[in-house]
Amino acid sequence: MSETSLAISKFSDLANPTRFLALASRIIPWLAGITALCFIIGLYLSFSTEGDYQQGETVRIMYVHVPAAWLSMMCYTIMSISAIGTLVWRHPLADVSAKAAAPLGAAFTLLALVTGSLWGKPMWGTWWVWDARLTSVFILFLMYLGLIALNRAMDEPSKAARVTAILILVGFVNIPIIKFSVDWWNTLHQSASVLRLDGPAIDPEFLHPLLIMAIAFTLLFFTLHLMAMRNEIWRRRIASQRRMAARMASREE
Amino acid sequence: MTALFLRDLRLSIRAGGGALIGILFFLTVVAVIPFGVGPDLALLSRIGPAIVWIGALLAALLGLDRLFQAERDDGSLDLMLMQETPLVLTVFIKCAAHWTATSLPLVIASPLLGLFMNMNETAIGATMLTLFVGSPAITFIGAVGAAVAIALPRGGLLVSVLILPLTIPVLIFGVSASYAAVVGPAPFLPPFLILIALTLFFAVIGPAAAALALRNTAD
Repeated sequence: MSETSLAISKFSDLANPTRFLALASRIIPWLAGITALCFIIGLYLSFSTEGDYQQGETVRIMYVHVPAAWLSMMCYTIMSISAIGTLVWRHPLADVSAKAAAPLGAAFTLLALVTGSLWGKPMWGTWWVWDARLTSVFILFLMYLGLIALNRAMDEPSKAARVTAILILVGFVNIPIIKFSVDWWNTLHQSASVLRLDGPAIDPEFLHPLLIMAIAFTLLFFTLHLMAMRNEIWRRRIASQRRMAARMASREE
Repeated sequence: MTALFLRDLRLSIRAGGGALIGILFFLTVVAVIPFGVGPDLALLSRIGPAIVWIGALLAALLGLDRLFQAERDDGSLDLMLMQETPLVLTVFIKCAAHWTATSLPLVIASPLLGLFMNMNETAIGATMLTLFVGSPAITFIGAVGAAVAIALPRGGLLVSVLILPLTIPVLIFGVSASYAAVVGPAPFLPPFLILIALTLFFAVIGPAAAALALRNTAD
């Protein structure tokens, strides 16, 4: 068996929920442990470094704000990949993944909006402006809520998953708009300073805690995502067993 | 295809008076604004293009949930799924008919509302032109929502919630083009061309996504 087909068969092995559950229960404790470790290091570093010469202590908000904002976009990207998985390969775990990711994405987006607002008050003198980046992230938040509502509005999980997947893919248009909004429209929000072609334009003193916090947040997302997926699979099993029990009961009568 | 176009057009004009209600709703939305912000003519003429655009956007969303609902109820949707013409094309034609029946009247009615808003001739012309070019994009985006909604028991409100965020780029460039024509210094052409690009873009992915959604919800 060639290497690719081996990889594909490994991937499709996960389609068996029981195997996925076994793997998840083995991974989750490790992932949670590493997440906690990263948070301890990241939080220690972000509180021990000096304040910025211009922004003072408020610069520490960045260590929560920036990773949350990155994750709000990464989560939608993962949902889009899951949506492709649902529509193209009908992978049974893809819709579980998309459904579990949506509330997490909404939470991270809300966190980014709230911390940005708290940071904006002392820096810009206002809680909120209709700046391109802020507005597009706010739209992302609305889209998360809409997708959650749509998924909950239908009873049958597989049908709901396919319909939601289509809308997720259509909404993916917004992600590049968010990413490049600060470059296309020169408004209040500062432009990208970490992920740039010519290297980060940010002092290493701030960059290192930021990156560790970003890793910690990413690991936190994956931990929570796996746990949410596990819960969703259990929920579906319970639902199907209840249905079966009800059918048995009605047959006995 | 022409037959389908004409059929849809006739249905939406005769049955229920969708086009007329759309215009009436548009008129009401625009008429309510002066009560909210006060009858200051200078202010109204400044925010006029935006109000006309928002009114048209809301009015265009009003009839969207009926785009496929009636077909599903009487079973002709299944025929459309089974026929040989690609479903994407069918959806595209239905969108075009829906646009002609509901959005085109809005475009035609917009100069009158522009007069209410104390806009000058250039502003009225620019708003009408941007509406003409931009409103098909709203219909194509809305088709996805309408296709998704037929799976829901009562989807009307949810469709608007899902679709409105996606229409914001159209609104931004439509309004900025009409402002550019009136107050300048920014040129009119770049946002106008982006608006055309948005319409063409959604003319491709809108029907494709809607067709996919229809196939998945019909079963």
